[in-house]
Amino acid sequence: MNSEKIFKYLLVSSGVLMVLIALGIVATLFVGSIPSFKEFGFGFLFSTEWDPTEGRESYGALPFIIGTLLTSILALIITFPFAFSISLFLGEYFKDGALPSFLRSVVDLLAGIPSVVYGLWGFYALKPLVAELGLNAQGFGIFTSSVILAIMIIPYASSLGAEVISMVPGSLKEAAYSLGATRFEVVRNVIVPNAGSGIFAGYILALGRAIGETMAVTMLIGNSNNMPTGIFDLGNTMASLIANQFGEAEGLKYTALIEIGLILFVITGIVNYIGKLIMKKLSA
Amino acid sequence: MHIGTKPKNLIKKKVFIQEMNISTEISDRKMKQRLLKDKIFTNGMIFLAFLSGVPLFLILYQLAIKGYRQLNISFIFEEAPDTMEAMIAVANNEIIPGGIANGIVGTLIIVGLASLIAIPLGIICGTYLAENAKGKFAGLVRFIVDMLQGVPSIVLGVIGYIWIVKPVTSGFSALAGSVALSIMMLPSIVRSTEETLKMIPGTLKEAALSLGVPYHKVILKVILPTGISGILTGVILGISRIAGETAPLMLTALGSTVINTNITEPSSAVPLLVWEFYNDPNLVNMIWSASLFLLLLILGLNLSAKAIARKWKVQY
Repeated sequence: MNSEKIFKYLLVSSGVLMVLIALGIVATLFVGSIPSFKEFGFGFLFSTEWDPTEGRESYGALPFIIGTLLTSILALIITFPFAFSISLFLGEYFKDGALPSFLRSVVDLLAGIPSVVYGLWGFYALKPLVAELGLNAQGFGIFTSSVILAIMIIPYASSLGAEVISMVPGSLKEAAYSLGATRFEVVRNVIVPNAGSGIFAGYILALGRAIGETMAVTMLIGNSNNMPTGIFDLGNTMASLIANQFGEAEGLKYTALIEIGLILFVITGIVNYIGKLIMKKLSA
Repeated sequence: MHIGTKPKNLIKKKVFIQEMNISTEISDRKMKQRLLKDKIFTNGMIFLAFLSGVPLFLILYQLAIKGYRQLNISFIFEEAPDTMEAMIAVANNEIIPGGIANGIVGTLIIVGLASLIAIPLGIICGTYLAENAKGKFAGLVRFIVDMLQGVPSIVLGVIGYIWIVKPVTSGFSALAGSVALSIMMLPSIVRSTEETLKMIPGTLKEAALSLGVPYHKVILKVILPTGISGILTGVILGISRIAGETAPLMLTALGSTVINTNITEPSSAVPLLVWEFYNDPNLVNMIWSASLFLLLLILGLNLSAKAIARKWKVQY
């Protein structure tokens, strides 16, 4: 009887520990960014200055927030046709057989490649290509990072879509076919309206991935602290800024970087929450 | 077949009806156009779907071509060379001596310690969620686990720094890296445990309980062993997810040029070595073999997770 109770307490306490870890993360980031918040207030979110010069230190997050949103949304736009094609291919056109299972494995393996390896490949293969096309003098920048991010998030963007597309009721599709619709028309008028929100949820979750991605972006974005002027400009994301500068940071810069981490945490939290919300509505 | 039901989505679309009303008035030309559109779309889709797989092969090809020369026994058993040694070797057009042993040992220690923290906690928490499917607190825990899954790895690096590097080890340490990575692998273990245990039919549990077996023994001796394959798959996927992580380790374990087995000291890891080689022009030739090693390790973990999932599916 006694060990029974202990066991049940053990189960519950693991849940409590989970909650404590999450609360601990939030609290730590909050407490860590208090000095920075005291110094800059909400202006931190809108200031474009990142000046570590002693004496006139001034930090603002706007270039990095913009850089993050720009790279990740651009990545999502680039990944869309590819991820949608994979979703359709696996969810509707070819459900079983050697070819789709091959494609499925390839997509799974894409998800397994470490970020730093993507970064290397981007640096040695993609960057020269971008430079050669004349899009950017050296090939670094927001656009290059977005292309790499687009490849990295294909697995996340396509897998949920394939699942919901395969769940579109056959009767609806058959009704359309019986009216003489071509397959493309069925996709456009039956599958997309039916599976649309699920596909969308997949993209939102992929966006969350892209926002937090660090290494590949750090190696390709050019690490400039100025406000990006266009998609071919150099920039910095919140994650790449932390990766670059956290190591030697002290004092005000240190807490400013923690505040950047907090903003990053909140943004990914919101994005993921929206994605989960859409998914929940679907399954309900 | 639901012959009587009206698919609402279809009726709403005006365009659709126009296109659907195939009647004799619609000319042959229009029909051909529609078929052509369909063909173009299908082929375009197939092309794009397979085009997205191309980067995988390009990456594998580049790593294999440039990295295989370095991959040998000493690569696995020797420490990373310093810049001077590498420079001399490159100048003499020789293979750079040394290997990534410090990284391999570091990765084993950091990932092993992270697993030691995350696997028991993750399995217990997953069991709790599966056993309390509807509870309010369980719902909160489930939500939190979902949210933890989305936390960017670099943020966990910051957390590892503030929690461990500053107060506990007062300096960069393998332990801090392990803590950051353990938080990262927790969600995948919790969710896979929960999903697997939920699939086990209730009759199994009821049969054991009806024999008078105490609850905790039912869980430990009946439910968990039945779901072991699913749990194992989740654990391996969790390990493969953290084994390639670089960003959190940059802020916690930092890196080390020698083999280090003390978890309170800075330690290297294979992904950290890739990053160091990348930043050192003399060692740049080493990145390919180090990346190849890392990639093979992770792909191997992924494939074995898949094989386990397929072979030992929950049977009852």
